[in-house]
Amino acid sequence: MEKTPQFFRNGPGPFARLFVFALLSFALIAEDTRFNYFPQLRQTIGVLIHPLQKIAYFPVVVYDQLEAFIASFYLLEENAKLRQLYWDRREQLLKLEALEAENFHLRRLLGAAQEIQANSKTTTVLAEILSSPRDPFNHKITINKGSFHGIQLGQAVIDDQGIIGQVTRLYPWSSEVTLLTDKDHSVPVQVVRNGLRSIVSGSGKNNELELRYLSINTDIQRGDLLVTSGIGGIYPPGIPVAIVEKIEQDPAGDFALIISMPVAGVERNRQVLVLSLVQSELNESSEVPAIEPGEN
Amino acid sequence: MEQDMYVPASSWFIAISLVVALILNFLQLPERIAFLRPDFVALLIAYWSINHPERMSMSVAFGMGLMMDVGNVSILGQHALAYCVAMYLTIVFGRRLRLFSALQQAPQIGLVLFIMQVVIVLIAVSTGASLVDWQFFLAAVSGSIVWVPMSLLLTLLLQPKPDPDAL
Repeated sequence: MEKTPQFFRNGPGPFARLFVFALLSFALIAEDTRFNYFPQLRQTIGVLIHPLQKIAYFPVVVYDQLEAFIASFYLLEENAKLRQLYWDRREQLLKLEALEAENFHLRRLLGAAQEIQANSKTTTVLAEILSSPRDPFNHKITINKGSFHGIQLGQAVIDDQGIIGQVTRLYPWSSEVTLLTDKDHSVPVQVVRNGLRSIVSGSGKNNELELRYLSINTDIQRGDLLVTSGIGGIYPPGIPVAIVEKIEQDPAGDFALIISMPVAGVERNRQVLVLSLVQSELNESSEVPAIEPGEN
Repeated sequence: MEQDMYVPASSWFIAISLVVALILNFLQLPERIAFLRPDFVALLIAYWSINHPERMSMSVAFGMGLMMDVGNVSILGQHALAYCVAMYLTIVFGRRLRLFSALQQAPQIGLVLFIMQVVIVLIAVSTGASLVDWQFFLAAVSGSIVWVPMSLLLTLLLQPKPDPDAL
């Protein structure tokens, strides 16, 4: 044993180790950002750390219980308030139903193509945010519902104000949501004021979305509300996305720089709704070229 | 802080401490203070590779980094490389660092954490993210502040363990 050279007793030196692991890391980074050959790797680690995430979530659960306990003293008051809210909303809903029917008839009169009946088909899953990004350049969150709860890839995630993002990776008991602000994320939108259609993309910065490739004389104003247009079939139409915040019209460039602010925010609520209409819509949109026998 | 009496740390103790650090990193904090949270896993890796370098291997740091990457939904390999770099630095300077008290070690640990964060930012930027605010690097400062109580606590936890095999 004494004759073993130093190298074999202690193994390679720290720099050699760092070099090996750095190479391994670079290979993984390339794999994760470019090739994505082994999605199972992330899945496996995700399942491994799930109990830890659950434990880390425990303080939030305790806080909720405490809050619920304190709130239970004000149940009657809250009940009355919610009942009031229910009737207010109910009235709006009835109006909406009437409008929807009217809209449907008018569309039929015009002979326009049937719009996707998204509102009536969506089913929702209530989920809670397990972890929100730690780094400022990370625009993804984890929610506590996964493929076991019927979540599917590509589903839209909203909160009570508007769109938050889209499910991009599935684990058995949790899933990953890419936020609107992610630089690779785009949503087809429509300006409520004049029906102008465009695509809003994440800028990679917090609370900032960009409307790209709109010419400088486009009719768009500060404070315009952008809602989903429903084109593309991922997002149901008519859900608020962002409000135009800043317009810079550089006469030298071809396009205006339009910055908007998302209406929904992950830092505000912990509860989110996962809308499941992707499957039916994708089927419908793939059937668009085929002429249905009942039509016309 | 003299390490004359050498106290071996059990592998279980190290493993449990790393798991606790991972949970602390996963804790949900309000947005206002979340950026101040130190990277507990990096602190633990630094502590073990300074005080018990033979118990800590770089593959552990790499594995912890992978778990951090998945839990934090960042690029796979980002934290893994950052933790390996942090561990390399603490191993290289470990012999010198071991002579100092926890308080004297703190600024140097802060520097290690800062370099680690630079690695994280570089990887993020090279994959297309925009540059970060300077506040991001405050986590290195808070890390070096947390270092003092943390290393004192760990030394305290390790100290009174009587060795059952001792004569």
